[in-house]
Amino acid sequence: MTDLTKLTLAEARDGLRRKDFSARELTEAYLDAMAAGRKLNAYVAETPDIALKMAEESDRRLAAGEARPLEGVPVGVKDLYATKGVHTQACSHILDDFKPTYESTVTANLWNDGAVMLGKLNMDEFAMGSSNETSWYGPVINPWKAKDSDADLTPGGSSGGSAAAVAARLCAAATASDTGGSIRQPAAFTGTVGLKPTYGRCSRWGMVAFASSLDQAGPIARTVRDAAIMLTSMAGHDEKDTTSVNASVPDYEAALEGDLSGVRVGIPQEYRVDGMPEEIETLWSRSAEWLKERGAEIVEVSLPHTKYALPAYYIVAPAEASSNLARYDGVRYGLRVEGDSITDMYEKTRAAGFGPEVRRRVMIGTYVLSAGYYDAYYLKAQKVRALIKRDFDEVFERVDMLLTPATPSAAFALGSMTDDPLQMYLNDIFTVTVNMAGLPGISVPAGFAANGLPLGMQLIGRPFDEAGILRAARHMEEAAGLDLDPAAWWRD
Amino acid sequence: MSVDRDTVRRIAQLARIRVEEEELDPLANELSAILGWIEQLDEVNTDGVKPMTSVEAMEMKKREDEVTDGFCAEDILANAPKREGNFFVVPKVVE
Repeated sequence: MTDLTKLTLAEARDGLRRKDFSARELTEAYLDAMAAGRKLNAYVAETPDIALKMAEESDRRLAAGEARPLEGVPVGVKDLYATKGVHTQACSHILDDFKPTYESTVTANLWNDGAVMLGKLNMDEFAMGSSNETSWYGPVINPWKAKDSDADLTPGGSSGGSAAAVAARLCAAATASDTGGSIRQPAAFTGTVGLKPTYGRCSRWGMVAFASSLDQAGPIARTVRDAAIMLTSMAGHDEKDTTSVNASVPDYEAALEGDLSGVRVGIPQEYRVDGMPEEIETLWSRSAEWLKERGAEIVEVSLPHTKYALPAYYIVAPAEASSNLARYDGVRYGLRVEGDSITDMYEKTRAAGFGPEVRRRVMIGTYVLSAGYYDAYYLKAQKVRALIKRDFDEVFERVDMLLTPATPSAAFALGSMTDDPLQMYLNDIFTVTVNMAGLPGISVPAGFAANGLPLGMQLIGRPFDEAGILRAARHMEEAAGLDLDPAAWWRD
Repeated sequence: MSVDRDTVRRIAQLARIRVEEEELDPLANELSAILGWIEQLDEVNTDGVKPMTSVEAMEMKKREDEVTDGFCAEDILANAPKREGNFFVVPKVVE
């Protein structure tokens, strides 16, 4: 039999329905690929027993003609989604041995639609990072290698495990989450498709919180169609998350059809930053050309406050993180280091449990929220955020979506940026504006750098127009026509 | 904004994170660099701008004030590092 892990999610779903193979066979193929792919360190917990049990139920339903939308499709789950009775630590030491007694809404939606859980995926600790190097479980290795080099590269972050697992065919698709670029940057670095939906499109209930006004769940998948299928199952209103939006979820796969005539695509001039490699600039123009050939009109636009999004983000996100992470105190769950007094116990537990990047952000957040500084930092940042949002509102009166690069570079070597937090933060320069304004954004593989590594382009849509950017992304994917299957050097 | 050792010590205390003496200087440098970079926001004129409070204008959802959950003490305590019966155990707080 052909290697079942090579099938896209859509092909696997259709093959299962035609009974070309069983859910058990498909699941076993993935479990074998995961075992052979441990060098990549993409999974922090494998759940073969659960997977096989879910596959068995899927085979029963497929036989009975009762297949649900994702029946028998094996997926991986980012470690920040609460999964009942299964390892959930957001890859932090401070959540050692935590096994939730409840299931996150997004994963529950996937299981209710028939998906099969393969395991939990590696990530930056509490989703704070852009290279997956802050994980308590160590970095993930990108399945892609640069031409003529054996150096291990980062898959990006924070959803590095999700992106690497999808790229290496260790799952059909994965859940991920995006606070400043954590879905789109790793997708761009691994030749996969990453979709950050509009804030409120997916429920945040049962996701380990980082920055509550920015966090949003979304999929990483191999194709635009696969991402559309995943989002259709993941999205939806949830009474348990007051910020989730009570609006019907379209069939995003059906919405992929159609050309782009009448669609106006804006090119924001502020995204032409100093020092951006020429090959990214060239690919950006070529991508605009592809959209034009397929009926879109290209318009130059301006988003004047773009450069202030990242510094404002580094007030808002740490401030919210410092509040959210106050719950980790050694009392109710996770790690505990004993002390002479309750304060001593708190301080020792948190010193031992948080890694350097999380500590740095909690301290920045504590500082900007401390007495006397609130107006100068947090309030100022929320005002700048309002201006960033206003820029987008004004531009969306003239265009339907925006096209930008997803990242300022291709994947970089592990260890090459860890000494300079500020340099690392700049990775999110093109993605973070979208979180600040709560918009949907998708990263699509659009070409290769001269060194053979994949590069991604980003489409940014109006609030709740995931369907629009998915359709345009499908056209870009089709026009690019890339072979995105990295050589499996990691297999023994 | 430059952050000194005493400020780092004070932030660490507020954040309830133990920071050793030898970590104060490196942390002061890191935090100063980040806060210095953030200062570019001062260039932006925000006079009369209302701070953003939600990404999408929507009315606060309300529900009936009734019990929807509970009677799951075992679930709540299941992950406690230290417990006694239905209680979390912490070091002595009152002398």
